[in-house]
Amino acid sequence: MSAPQPLLDVREIEVRYGAIRALKGVSFSVGAGEVVALLGANGAGKTTTQKTVSGMLRPVAGTIEFEGRRIDGTPAHKLVDLGICHVPEGRHVFPRMTVAENLDMGAFRFKQPDPADLERVLELFPRLKERYGQHSGTLSGGEQQMLAIGRALMGKPRLLLLDEPSMGLAPLIVAQIFDIVREINRSGVTVLLVEQNASQALSLADRGYVLETGDIVLEGAGRDLLADERVRAAYLGEEIAAS
Amino acid sequence: MTQFLNYLVLGLTRGSLYALIALGYTLVYGVLQLINFAHSEVFMSGAFGSYLVISAVVGNGKGTSSWEVPFVMLLGVVTGAVTAGAIAWSLERVAYRPLRRRNAPKLAFLISAIGASFFLSQLFGKMFNRFTNNQFPPFFNDNSVAFTIAGAQVRVIQVVDILAALVMMVLLDRLVNKTKLGRSIRAVSEDAPTAALMGIDIDRTISRTFVIGGLLGGAAGFLFGLNFSFFNTMGFLPGVKAFAAAVLGGIGNIRGAMIGGLLLGIVENIIPTLPWVGTEWTDVVAFIVLVLVLMFRPTGILGERLGRAA
Ligand SMILES: Nc1ncnc2c1ncn2[C@@H]1O[C@H](COP(=O)(O)OP(=O)(O)OP(=O)(O)O)[C@@H](O)[C@H]1O
Ligand SMILES: [Mg+2]
Repeated sequence: MSAPQPLLDVREIEVRYGAIRALKGVSFSVGAGEVVALLGANGAGKTTTQKTVSGMLRPVAGTIEFEGRRIDGTPAHKLVDLGICHVPEGRHVFPRMTVAENLDMGAFRFKQPDPADLERVLELFPRLKERYGQHSGTLSGGEQQMLAIGRALMGKPRLLLLDEPSMGLAPLIVAQIFDIVREINRSGVTVLLVEQNASQALSLADRGYVLETGDIVLEGAGRDLLADERVRAAYLGEEIAAS
Repeated sequence: MTQFLNYLVLGLTRGSLYALIALGYTLVYGVLQLINFAHSEVFMSGAFGSYLVISAVVGNGKGTSSWEVPFVMLLGVVTGAVTAGAIAWSLERVAYRPLRRRNAPKLAFLISAIGASFFLSQLFGKMFNRFTNNQFPPFFNDNSVAFTIAGAQVRVIQVVDILAALVMMVLLDRLVNKTKLGRSIRAVSEDAPTAALMGIDIDRTISRTFVIGGLLGGAAGFLFGLNFSFFNTMGFLPGVKAFAAAVLGGIGNIRGAMIGGLLLGIVENIIPTLPWVGTEWTDVVAFIVLVLVLMFRPTGILGERLGRAA
């Protein structure tokens, strides 16, 4: 199903933290308009992969292309201008800024935040409207996650990187967040989603990749991966039927 | 009473200068979590820079007419600020940025800071120790009195110091809270990697933060030199006190540095007027305050946190 010219094309990237080799030649692609899920156990390298795509980390080998243009080695603050917006693991809202100020920060790359974007974010997340003047350090975890996503939307993303948006949230909120991600995607934003919550992620995703200690070990359509017994065993907590 | 008021005014004067210097410590601490120990020399460079320009303009100062005095003062503030801003910019480039590039440990930054501090102090000593009289040319009457309250005389120069500091602090507060540059400084202070994800160039923001701290410190250097005298090691005591003021207000907190500076200036000048103390205790008081703050409220008056959110 992948588009002929992928929006994002990651080839054989290798990333190191000092002596630790966190990614050992990871390749995947994301087509324009797709939702692609990146799954894997703790420490598999999901966050590292996203950080490398958004420019927070630099690969020691391999290439990353965005719309056919090399972006590996370009620092994060410049990639934002291409519309690569990263909602990092753990939300990372600016705690001493208000909700309003955080949303403004998301539009930092523009002269002025676009009022239409703001309106849309507050429509997607009515909770943020209620908390508009509140310091975001005092928001609940779910509210902070909404703010982190809303802030990224203020930057008019073309590729949205979401790192575990469901982490630590109640099931009801998780369902809400996944609905909103679907809606964001329908409005034309391509999404690369990292999740522990494999069943939710795969039912949303067009395609998925499974990472294991720095290598892609499985890939396929969301539905197929959801049915794959290795995935079910490893990430959905099901026993492989004894054979 | 009169004496008390005199010391209160003196405290306010010194306090506003401490506040200006303290802002440099606190701004840099915000973006780098680093005590820039060379900031006292950035301050000192402002006094020398403004002296070179002012003495070239007014000569021995005898021929300066009174209407020219405000302009000469303004020139001093500006040239002091620009000199120190340039020194602060270079300091960041030479002493800190290379360490950042290498992800050096905190201790390396500290050593680099102390090294830069000695280097600048000795450099200015070497370049300028031919000035035997380390005083600004007397282009104005140092003793002219602006007004008198309850018998206490407030000198013009004290009014100038306090007003200049207030104006700069208001400007800084607006810059930090109302401009894009200010927002980028706040974002880098709160969470630098995330700031980069918003499109903020961290290096550039750090560089500009040093320059802003340098501008304020250099202006203070000129005002300080004008009040007292200037020499290559003049930065040490005001520097350490301003650092104490920054800690008192809550290191990293901008309004805290302003309040801490004023408060420290007042306290160190008022307490020695108590009958059983004495002005020889002025410097001791400042450091007692620092020790007490570190013991009982290490986050300072306005600081809410020491560690940052994960
Ligand atoms: N800053 C770092 N320094 C050293 N090693 C690191 C660093 N960050 C990550 N690693 C290591 O790299 C590997 C991949 O980490 P990464 O954070 O990408 O995993 P992840 O798949 O996102 O895991 P999780 O599901 O727990 O978030 C891990 O072994 C981790 O210990
Ligand atoms: Mg992770």
